[in-house]
Amino acid sequence: MTPAEISNLLQESACEHNSPQGGGEKVGCGRLKPGATAGGCSFDGAMITLFPIGDVAHIVHGSSACAGSSWDSRGSISSGASLYRLGMTTDMTEQDIIMGRGEKRLLHGIKQVVNRYHPKAVFVYQTCIPAMIGDNIEAICQAAQDHFHLPVIPVDCAGFYGTKNLGNRIAGETMVRRVIGHREPPPIPENARRPGMIVHDINLVGEFNIAGEFWHVLPLLDALGLRVLCTLAGNARFQEVQTMHRGEVTMLVCSKALINVARLLQEQYAIPWFEGSFYGIRATTNALRSLARIIDDPDLVRRTEALIQREETAIQKKIEPLAARLRGRRALLYTGGVKSWSIVSALQDLGMVVVATGTRKSTEQDKVRIRALMGEEAIMIDEGKPEVLLKIAREQGAEILIAGGRNMFTALKGRLPFLDINQEREHAYAGYQGMVTLAEQLLATLESPIWPWVRNPPPWSFSGESKPWPG
Amino acid sequence: MARMIKRSKALAVRPLKTGQPTGAALAFQGVRDAIPLLHGSQGCTAFTKVLFVRHFREPIPLQTTAMDPIGTVMGGEENILVGLETLAKNGQVRVIGLVTTGLTESQGTDIPRMVARFRQEHPEYDGTVHVVPVNTPDFSGCLESGFARAVAALIDTLLPQRPTLVEETPEETCINILPGAHLTPGDVDEIKRYSEAFGLTPLVLPDIATALDGHLPELECSPVSTGGITVEEIHKMRKAKATLVLGRSMEEPARAMEKKTHMPVHRLGGLMGMAATDQLVMLLRHLSGRPVPAWIERDRSRLQDAMMDTHFTLSGKRLALSGDPDGLLQWQFLLHEMGMTAPVVVSSTGNHALADSGFDTIKIGDLEDMEDLCRDGTTGVNVDLLLGNSHVATMAKSLDRPMVRSGYPLFDWIGGHTRCRVGYEGTRQSCYELTNAIVHGSDPRLPPYHSIYGSV
Repeated sequence: MTPAEISNLLQESACEHNSPQGGGEKVGCGRLKPGATAGGCSFDGAMITLFPIGDVAHIVHGSSACAGSSWDSRGSISSGASLYRLGMTTDMTEQDIIMGRGEKRLLHGIKQVVNRYHPKAVFVYQTCIPAMIGDNIEAICQAAQDHFHLPVIPVDCAGFYGTKNLGNRIAGETMVRRVIGHREPPPIPENARRPGMIVHDINLVGEFNIAGEFWHVLPLLDALGLRVLCTLAGNARFQEVQTMHRGEVTMLVCSKALINVARLLQEQYAIPWFEGSFYGIRATTNALRSLARIIDDPDLVRRTEALIQREETAIQKKIEPLAARLRGRRALLYTGGVKSWSIVSALQDLGMVVVATGTRKSTEQDKVRIRALMGEEAIMIDEGKPEVLLKIAREQGAEILIAGGRNMFTALKGRLPFLDINQEREHAYAGYQGMVTLAEQLLATLESPIWPWVRNPPPWSFSGESKPWPG
Repeated sequence: MARMIKRSKALAVRPLKTGQPTGAALAFQGVRDAIPLLHGSQGCTAFTKVLFVRHFREPIPLQTTAMDPIGTVMGGEENILVGLETLAKNGQVRVIGLVTTGLTESQGTDIPRMVARFRQEHPEYDGTVHVVPVNTPDFSGCLESGFARAVAALIDTLLPQRPTLVEETPEETCINILPGAHLTPGDVDEIKRYSEAFGLTPLVLPDIATALDGHLPELECSPVSTGGITVEEIHKMRKAKATLVLGRSMEEPARAMEKKTHMPVHRLGGLMGMAATDQLVMLLRHLSGRPVPAWIERDRSRLQDAMMDTHFTLSGKRLALSGDPDGLLQWQFLLHEMGMTAPVVVSSTGNHALADSGFDTIKIGDLEDMEDLCRDGTTGVNVDLLLGNSHVATMAKSLDRPMVRSGYPLFDWIGGHTRCRVGYEGTRQSCYELTNAIVHGSDPRLPPYHSIYGSV
């Protein structure tokens, strides 16, 4: 990838970070600061974006560090295809690098995978060493594609290109450039047709089906007559990605990372897009309304309103006894980007008070939404050092920290209840039904009786004297 | 107060209860150079032997008076005398546990009288071979109570009476420990380690930690137990500073000790959980006058961390427990501390300790009862995890629920007999074990939904 291509991706025009209207001051994402950088590389970002495409063989071309320590570690799940869960890497050796045998190894690797696993397509992820020594994966992929008669897609995402976020965009751009638009959607199945109901096709970008949570939402879309052409990339299949150009609307789910996909689909195929979230009752309702509004089918709007009415009533009833136990409890939220506001609204739906929220990856527009939800005085945390989080939690009287799994042990060392909200979690929080799970998990930690046991000092520390027993 | 539901069925199906003679036989394994002699038909001994051999994977010294039709009709006194003499003659035996069974209890054998007659007829064994008579009908009680009765009989028979407290000066650093049958060799080891950490010398009756811990003895084969507390050490127990009684089933030995020695007797329930271990540590600290050692504080803080790491999974989990009373009671504190409940508790027998426990409802019954209680007519299986001996494994499979093994017998879990669940570290490992069992046995993720429009 050339420097110009990288800088193009960094200066994503649809991203508010880069737009004066959104309050963005800089042009492009900033450079990394050695010694003070957290988060993954471009390879990481590209791989996590695309690997949930279930029937694709995802080959990581590089030394073992890249795939070896990262394969099959995310919470995206599939309804059938399981090829994506196999970590595959060329595992380049010293000799491969010295002798320049990486390309040959890659070609043989593709052959091995095609013969044994019969994938629908092969994605080849470039990593630092082969990128640096000049392995031409583009040419190898082309040769393999011609030879095996199946799509072999190079994803040029070497780690040193930049951040994880850049990797997300590289992945998205690769899909738009090389995959989307290469197949027409299949006809609507006969038995799925309902009289008088026009079926509309939609795309979801940035939905990862963590713990299967999208299956809380998909039945609602089915009921409304909305066919999901593809979710990029939770539980996706290669052929679905190919049809995304036929969507009538794109919903960018809870993510700035793939904003370039939404923008490019609009530019190239005139598909309108909006940003929404399925976390929380209000957010889910808004997302369904936005889909109907943009598609602009009066009957769909009517059906959507009816469904919202029905679902909200049902869920309120289920949630009420749980929310009664959560009402007024104070939470500190520390998570990236869009989730900084979408989860706030979900927690507020449960009657909780969000005392502060993390905004490290949020845009100015995200912050406007945060203020709308939490008030002008909302505390925004820009820096997630453990001691800072715990200090704010104490000052604000937070009873629970809600953050990504990597902060879990920070909270626990601070003897604070914790809820994992990131991609590795095992619980499904999306949609109306997900709120019940969210409430249950919040209560499981908040109402656990362990807290006095882990906070109080041992009984013998109260006085130096040996107390008569039983004391 | 727990609600106790008595047995209402004619049949016990998939029985949970193991009889008292088995418990008594176990207790004698923890006395050095001992062998239990079960007074009954040979089956009582054979079954007990197989159960313990499979559980401990050790040779188990055990003999029988081999009652036959004539012995049964005529009183069987000869069987006892011949049995005792055969064992005594062997030369290696120092303690014979004369343990009754259902047959001989129904028949009405007077075993103390038989011991007296043996003494009279064989004065050559005075002072070298001790005979300890124990009444353990298997038509009442369970393994745990049979074990306790044997310990009480050991105290009655082997501990010299101490007329007054002031007669002898106590050995300041010695404490007696009477562990119940629910404690494994690993548990007993840990409790000794705690005591020794405070500079105390524990005299443990019975000490299965040095007998059934799976060590390789010097002798290739031995007709008697190869470890455990010696007769001399049992004698020494009268001079100890205090006695710790572990388990509510051990009330009879506790009283026997009080009667014999007049020393302070401290009764502790289960030793699983933080509060229970805190109580033990406070007591040892009080008895020794020494500060709490650093490693114990460290173990405690490790447990605190483990409680936080595991509470995500364990909070609100519903367990089905089965076992003997103390085996059940020892879990209740941990369950309480971790926010778990036990909607299904099935005990082999009922007693006051269970009735006083924090459990909601306790069914006295068998594993069939346990399965019925786990299956709710409307909601399906209503528990998250089953706990019990190896016989529970089949049920766990058919209910599609994970299980954690505890109790007797464990024949499908190598090393189960040495597992330590007490103290801070034992509790920590139990938290991990419960969590792993639940995590591996269930999936909180959603089942796939297939769109009506899609091929996926």
